[in-house]
Amino acid sequence: MTGAQVRRSRNRQIGAFGEATIASYLLTRNFEIVDRNWRIKEGEIDLIAIDGGGVIHFVEVKTRSSLAFGDPLEAIDRVKARRLQRLSLAWLATHHHLGREFFIDVAAVLLAADGSHTIDYRENIL
Amino acid sequence: MSLGRCISMGLVGLAGNTVIVEVDISDGLPHYNLLGLPDAALNESRDRVRAALTNSNESWPNRKVTVSLSPAWLPKSGSSFDLAIALAILVAHGQLAQESIDSTLILGELALDGTIRGVNGVLPGLIAGHRDGIARAIIPVANIGEGGLLEAMNVLAFATLADLLLFLRTGTGVSVSAPVTSEHDETFLDFEDVAGQSLARFGAEVAATGGHHLLLIGPPGAGKTMIASRIPTILPALTSDQTLEVTALHSVAGTLSQRSPMSRMPPIVAPHHSATRVSMVGGGTHMIRPGACSLAHHGVLFIDEAPECAAGILDSLRQPLESGTITIARSVGNITFPSQFLLVLAANPCPCGKFTGRGLGCSCSSLQVRRYLGKLSGPLMDRIDMRITVEPVGRTDIASTELGESSAVIAARVIAAREIAGQRFKGRGYKLNSAIPAKSLRTDFKPDRSAMNFLHDQLDRQQLTARGLHKVIRLSWTLTDLAGRNQPTLEDVMKAYSLREGGIS
Repeated sequence: MTGAQVRRSRNRQIGAFGEATIASYLLTRNFEIVDRNWRIKEGEIDLIAIDGGGVIHFVEVKTRSSLAFGDPLEAIDRVKARRLQRLSLAWLATHHHLGREFFIDVAAVLLAADGSHTIDYRENIL
Repeated sequence: MSLGRCISMGLVGLAGNTVIVEVDISDGLPHYNLLGLPDAALNESRDRVRAALTNSNESWPNRKVTVSLSPAWLPKSGSSFDLAIALAILVAHGQLAQESIDSTLILGELALDGTIRGVNGVLPGLIAGHRDGIARAIIPVANIGEGGLLEAMNVLAFATLADLLLFLRTGTGVSVSAPVTSEHDETFLDFEDVAGQSLARFGAEVAATGGHHLLLIGPPGAGKTMIASRIPTILPALTSDQTLEVTALHSVAGTLSQRSPMSRMPPIVAPHHSATRVSMVGGGTHMIRPGACSLAHHGVLFIDEAPECAAGILDSLRQPLESGTITIARSVGNITFPSQFLLVLAANPCPCGKFTGRGLGCSCSSLQVRRYLGKLSGPLMDRIDMRITVEPVGRTDIASTELGESSAVIAARVIAAREIAGQRFKGRGYKLNSAIPAKSLRTDFKPDRSAMNFLHDQLDRQQLTARGLHKVIRLSWTLTDLAGRNQPTLEDVMKAYSLREGGIS
């Protein structure tokens, strides 16, 4: 494998770890995970969950192993937030849930050098 | 608490408007929103404030930060809100107690490393804050000179954000105190440097005593600039109120680097003859700045080579000459700056400058000569009280080893004469002879009968306008005061008449 391939593979592992971490975090909050890595041409939704009140949450997970490139949540600008909104509506339409109440959430997972991690979860960012 | 509030100041001209800086931090994506009609420099505060905070080992809230500068309708400009925004963010972020910055006026620009940089307009800002009942102010160290002038206010100055935060959190660490600066600007100018030129010296003395505007006409090298630049040394020192006013104007204009804030020396401003109207009377788009005529407030406005000025520039001085103020109309409102100055114009006798004495060597046509000084005529010349010819210095004057009269000697006479005039005008609301209203000239301050007969003769022969007649009487009062007499005599009036009508052949 080339260096770039190694890096890409590692990044994918980190990303998968972050999504799994958030999924188990949501389960502890009694959310029901209904879909993972839902992908269409326009993009991907990392996690889709329904909370105890029946509200659908679309979750974008950002995982970083350092703060060298700034806070993970800063990576989500207005354009990305709008795309999440479009993707959410597409999911609702294809799954016959249009009209239901939904939130768009973002979650940041920060991995520390010693293997521990911290979670920053923000609901309803729009 | 996710809300922080502190007080800063927005300036429109010299008038300060208290601006409340409010910061709200709410959940959501990291975002920074600045409300309240900021200009470009103020919009960039976000990046300065963020870098300054992180480089001072403070944390930046990675959430939705909303900064509001109210009143929202007032357009705000400049970088002086940086420090207030930074402190309000820290309060909203829970890093600083709101009480530590309550009822404190905060001014200053932030450098990326957390240094607090000096800004313009600190003194007028503090004056406005004091008027609004704010007891304490935090300003940059660079502005401590002007900040120290306002003794009624508790003014603290800090060099860096870290120093300031240490003080606000623990009460330890002290502010920098105002340096002891001289009340007199160091000047090496003195009238004893001027060789000969008795008439021009006398004209300068009369101008300083009565506030009479002066035109000096003479060939290049005769000493016009030399004389004009020494007039501030014979004017009475500024009172403390006048110092405050002058320093406030220079603070807004950002010219305090050239002038000590404590200086009691009347200012002299000498704009080049290529000056634009805005630089002469004030103006600008975002920040309305005072022009040369306001920077010369309580001092001397000296325009060398006056006939070379572009058309209309000198005439734009007519309003301040008349009213002592200049009003600038812009979209943000009408801004009035004080502008009481002694106008000193200098001109060559002709374009080539050699039309003096017998006029030998002058290569100008008579038409050119007439056109040249003709640029000065009209309403402006009517407001000039004295036209004085400055002759080239002769060999006896230049060879003389005796010094001329020193500024201190002349200044003593000026102050004595002003004292006499001040006694006479007690309770009338003006202090200088040049300010006597026309009505009083015909009643209370009428010269004796023979003098009036002389003036009426000149009026009949159309040698004098009605305004000119009044100007001559005012000038004669100054001559009377300098001579220590009680009332202008025929001799005083004739002398005043010749000073006014002299110079231009």
